[in-house]
Amino acid sequence: MSATAEWVEDVSVLTRRNLVHVRREPMQLSDATIQPVLFTLLFVYVFGGAMVLPGGGSYKAFAIGGLVVMNLTTSSVGTAVGLTTDLHTGIIARFRTLPMQRSAILVGRTFSDMLSSILCGTIVVLTGLMIGWRPGNGLLGVVAGLAVAVLFAYAMSWANACVGLGMNDPEAAQGIGFIVIFPLAFISTCFVPSQTMPGWMQPIAEWNPVSSVAAACRELFGNPNPASLSHSFPAQHPLFMSLAWTAVICAVCVPLAGHLFTKRTLD
Amino acid sequence: MIEATGLQKRYGDQVAVASVDLEVPAGSVLGVLGPNGAGKSTTVRILTTMTLPDAGRASVGGLDVVTQAADVRRIIGVTGQDASLDEQLTGTQNLMMVGQLSRMTKRDAQARTVELLEQFELTFAAERMVKTYSGGMRRRLDLAASLIARPPVLFLDEPTTGLDPTSRLGVWDVIRTLVGDGTTVMLTTQYLDEADALADRISVIDHGTVIADGTSEDLKARVGGEQLEVRLVRPHPDAVRALGPLVSGPVHVADGGRLLTAPVTIRPGLATAFIRALDDAGVEVDDFQIHHPSLDDVFFTLTGHGAEAPVTADAELVEV
Repeated sequence: MSATAEWVEDVSVLTRRNLVHVRREPMQLSDATIQPVLFTLLFVYVFGGAMVLPGGGSYKAFAIGGLVVMNLTTSSVGTAVGLTTDLHTGIIARFRTLPMQRSAILVGRTFSDMLSSILCGTIVVLTGLMIGWRPGNGLLGVVAGLAVAVLFAYAMSWANACVGLGMNDPEAAQGIGFIVIFPLAFISTCFVPSQTMPGWMQPIAEWNPVSSVAAACRELFGNPNPASLSHSFPAQHPLFMSLAWTAVICAVCVPLAGHLFTKRTLD
Repeated sequence: MIEATGLQKRYGDQVAVASVDLEVPAGSVLGVLGPNGAGKSTTVRILTTMTLPDAGRASVGGLDVVTQAADVRRIIGVTGQDASLDEQLTGTQNLMMVGQLSRMTKRDAQARTVELLEQFELTFAAERMVKTYSGGMRRRLDLAASLIARPPVLFLDEPTTGLDPTSRLGVWDVIRTLVGDGTTVMLTTQYLDEADALADRISVIDHGTVIADGTSEDLKARVGGEQLEVRLVRPHPDAVRALGPLVSGPVHVADGGRLLTAPVTIRPGLATAFIRALDDAGVEVDDFQIHHPSLDDVFFTLTGHGAEAPVTADAELVEV
């Protein structure tokens, strides 16, 4: 068997293993199943009424794109938790004595997390549809928007893999993961347009990768995107910025995670 | 099959392995004996490519553990101190996963999984999650996992630590069977009887250094031969004289004249001769034994402390 074929097999064995975990303890997946429903209902019904969008449009139509991105971003912390748990239980020690491709350990982890983020994104969209959200660009637009968001979440999984590899226990990984993720998700245009923020915060929110992905989703879905009223570069080119951020995060975090993994597991 | 020269490994200020030389010929069992923190596990971790040595060289099956690590992993099976299993998978799923990651085809892995579960008496729990397993069951499954690809070289790091006596004997049987099939085994243990029972040769390791090696008999020879131990009902003036012609050294008297010990050279009828001599002299005997030196005695002679004596907390931390 060629090295590539071996690698593909290892990744698929490990991905399946992670999915068995989910089947055993479905609550492990609550951040991809229950949380998106809750957040969607909360934001649309609790905040929605108080929100007036620059350029018009309903908050519901505006919010779904942001909620997709916010839920996917926060659920990427699962990668850190899953990886730390595996390091903690010693199963990775076993893997390291096997003639498998070691990179498959990280790729299998992020890959199964990507499957759960596809589930998570789909649930936000379905919840939206049930409460009356309507995408202007049809099914294709929804799929394109979800694809951009899922790719970004995949990059964030690698960032979280780096966090997980630096931590000793799963609780710490979860704590640190959220400390990084929360400001990222909230100082963004996920829930409110940047125009309502203090002046000094606006550029931060506009250059935040999460805002670009949220804006790209809104445009691809065919929903109101007040960010387009701003003249900043990221606000004007959300799709380009989303893909660029995704590429940059991967370019930094994939090799970094590989390095941290080797360092962590060779001692 | 396994060779190591001058292995060294330190973690920060702590020297885990100071200088280890080992040689395990194909098809034999080497027992690495030493207390907690002696450097046994670190040595195993180096030999199984899990950690890099700071100095020295080691090879398994002629393959260098540093430069040919990936090839070494194709011929070794490893069972660590802590069962490295997936708690949330069943016994079958664990073995299948390890089998497939060991480059077996699905069909081979399946057949082997059934066979191993049977051999390790785990068939009844095959479809149960490992987190419901007892300590002994986990250890057996862990051992099964390390055997799935039929590795010619097996490393067992304290395979019976924490097991109940029955499970322990079960693991011994498995190891004996494997050796009978030609597997080369390196086994670490802090149990002297375990090394005695399983190993062809024993390396005694302390503070990261091999301080003695040889067969169990070689090592015992170092502490001298058998000892006679006689406990009298009451002290008797003729007891020492009665023993004199039969022992091979001075008779030592203790416990107010009730306990007599002396080195002896085993020969047929020796015990009968002792009893007769004592009886003829009118000495009444409570207890009588010829004490064979154990590896415990060996360890004490070599290191000045017992094999299971507690060591410093620092040294214990080093044992990973």
